[in-house]
Amino acid sequence: MKTTEKHYTLTRRSLLKGMGSVSLLGLFGSRMRYANAGSKVNMGFIYVGPRDDFGYNQAHFEGKSGVASQAWVNAFDQESVPETVEVQKAMESMINLDGAQVLFPTSFGYFDPHILKIAKKYPEIMFLHCGGLWDEKKHPKNVGSYFGYIDEPVYVAGVVAGLMSKTNKLGFIAAIPIPQVLKNINCFTMGARSVNPDITTNVIFTGGWANPVKEAEAANSMVDQGVDVLTCHVDSPKVIVETAEKRGVYSCGYHTNQLPLAPKGFLTGAEWNWTNVYTDYAKMIKNDELIPNLVRGGLKEGIVKSSPYGSAVTPAAKKAADAAREKFKTGNFTAFVGPIKDNTGKVVIPEGKSYPQRDLWLESMDWLVEGVIGSTKS
Amino acid sequence: MNGDDFSLLSVIIAVLGGAIRVGTPFIFVSLGECLTEKSGRINLGLEGNLVMGAMAGYAISYLSGSPWLGVLVAGLSGAALGLLHAYLCQQPRVNDIAVGIALMILGTGLAFYMGKSFIQPQAPRLGSFSLGSWSDIPALRAALEINVLFIVGIILTPAMAWFFKYSRWGLIVRTVGESTDAALASGFNINAVRMLSTMAGGFLAGVGGSFLSLYYPGSWNEGLSSGQGLMAVALVIFARWNPVNCFYASLLFGGAAALGPALQSVGVTSGYYLFNAAPYVLTLAIMVSTSSNNRVLTGIPGDLVNPGR
Repeated sequence: MKTTEKHYTLTRRSLLKGMGSVSLLGLFGSRMRYANAGSKVNMGFIYVGPRDDFGYNQAHFEGKSGVASQAWVNAFDQESVPETVEVQKAMESMINLDGAQVLFPTSFGYFDPHILKIAKKYPEIMFLHCGGLWDEKKHPKNVGSYFGYIDEPVYVAGVVAGLMSKTNKLGFIAAIPIPQVLKNINCFTMGARSVNPDITTNVIFTGGWANPVKEAEAANSMVDQGVDVLTCHVDSPKVIVETAEKRGVYSCGYHTNQLPLAPKGFLTGAEWNWTNVYTDYAKMIKNDELIPNLVRGGLKEGIVKSSPYGSAVTPAAKKAADAAREKFKTGNFTAFVGPIKDNTGKVVIPEGKSYPQRDLWLESMDWLVEGVIGSTKS
Repeated sequence: MNGDDFSLLSVIIAVLGGAIRVGTPFIFVSLGECLTEKSGRINLGLEGNLVMGAMAGYAISYLSGSPWLGVLVAGLSGAALGLLHAYLCQQPRVNDIAVGIALMILGTGLAFYMGKSFIQPQAPRLGSFSLGSWSDIPALRAALEINVLFIVGIILTPAMAWFFKYSRWGLIVRTVGESTDAALASGFNINAVRMLSTMAGGFLAGVGGSFLSLYYPGSWNEGLSSGQGLMAVALVIFARWNPVNCFYASLLFGGAAALGPALQSVGVTSGYYLFNAAPYVLTLAIMVSTSSNNRVLTGIPGDLVNPGR
């Protein structure tokens, strides 16, 4: 399956061989880097999948393209790099051949051990990883994490879904029950139930990040059960949004804007806005500022955003969603205000207790909120 | 109708729909592999043909606007990979299993490379016709949305069974597959027969791939097949090299793949990893239950057991 990547690294390696010893090239590379440092900021991006997948990788690619539009930025990337020693080779070749000053290996599984290993070898290069894994006590100073609270626009999409559903049944197709995914399911449901308490959300876990046949099957069986708004948290929402459109139900997108895929039934969606984040980093490097090891933010910071409304969305639903988004933009709104029960009836957040968005307790979420039909147990 | 009955019925309908929708590519790949193996060669590379067919079908449908032209080109791309397999295998001291694995990697890699620019656009898809309009259950109507390729599969299955049993050409394929000595004595060109069989098998696998990208799930991306071509090859073994069994086994696999999502959608939420693994569990169960000490691999073409040369 990974032939193409292997092919690319092989050519790179043979190129190295052809040009002489590897260490000599390393020297050459670092000189290039310092020569470039004054004029342009060199940024390298690595994606685990294709950069045009209408999903996670495309979101990062759009961010890369956004920052590359600055004349003083030189951005390059490599796609479909597996979470193996391949990514170490990709990082090293970006450092030594392209003169990268900062690297953005974007996939979750790149962090440990790959980034950590290469970061020790190149202490003058900054490694910024998408996710929340950086730990001050354990990890090198030239590594950092950035991540966005995408559950905020997911909540906003839930508000739209709750007001647009006629059957009061929403469907959420999820890959695997990890905290980030569960938080999105809960926020989607809480958003919908904040405007329509009769809503239930049916969850199907497909067991993998990219399994188009299972995603289509899940979408079809939920529509058969009367679900009339579908959303998802998988790598590429394309198949799900298209299946929803084919079956004549509404859909909410994820990762990037899928409105062009479903002009009739698309409502809105939650998107990353990496251009903002990457441009901020680029400016810090240009001005020789210290780069913070942890960058997080939501709608307020502009790290995430909502997709444009589809044509089906009613003015009332738009108004309610805009209002919810404004609340998030103040920075002090949180959906996790007690009393909140999980879907087995247990109280998870007692009356009077609330968790702000930055509370770390929320990042270990292992429960599904009342109104969700599904289970985190495999 | 109470809630439980309705849930059970929904699951049955979903599995039926899944058998038809998910099972169709299996039908084409397993029939193709059946034909190739009957001629005495194993082509493990049909996963490559499937992915290549999916990409080629989608690309041609997008470029030409005609999904049926896409299906044809998908088949031709599969036949081309089959030709390569046959050509390599007829060289001296070449192992067909190794060539198959190499071609699987070549086919998927080539498809990923050439398919880059077709992940984004939306190509025209194949249509379907409704056999369920008599029913007032929407789920059943959705399950009985039938694509023409499924009908082609239904016709092809008995046709291939007849071909092997009664037609002169079918008997030649079987002779070549059973015993190269007998085939040589009868004056058949073994390499030519195997080449044609592998090409025809590759064509069918390519068409199966175009079903994935042009009908269900109906989109081209690199994770589209997730090993369905490999499963279809395994399926031929437990279908005992019989086209009719291949057809049923394909439907069984399709239905089993639909079981996990269907159960979750009616609220059976525990054990979904197990239900998602249903097709594989099923394979193991059938393999174990049909194997026996005194009749090992009944139905296997003789030349696959003791290669003549």
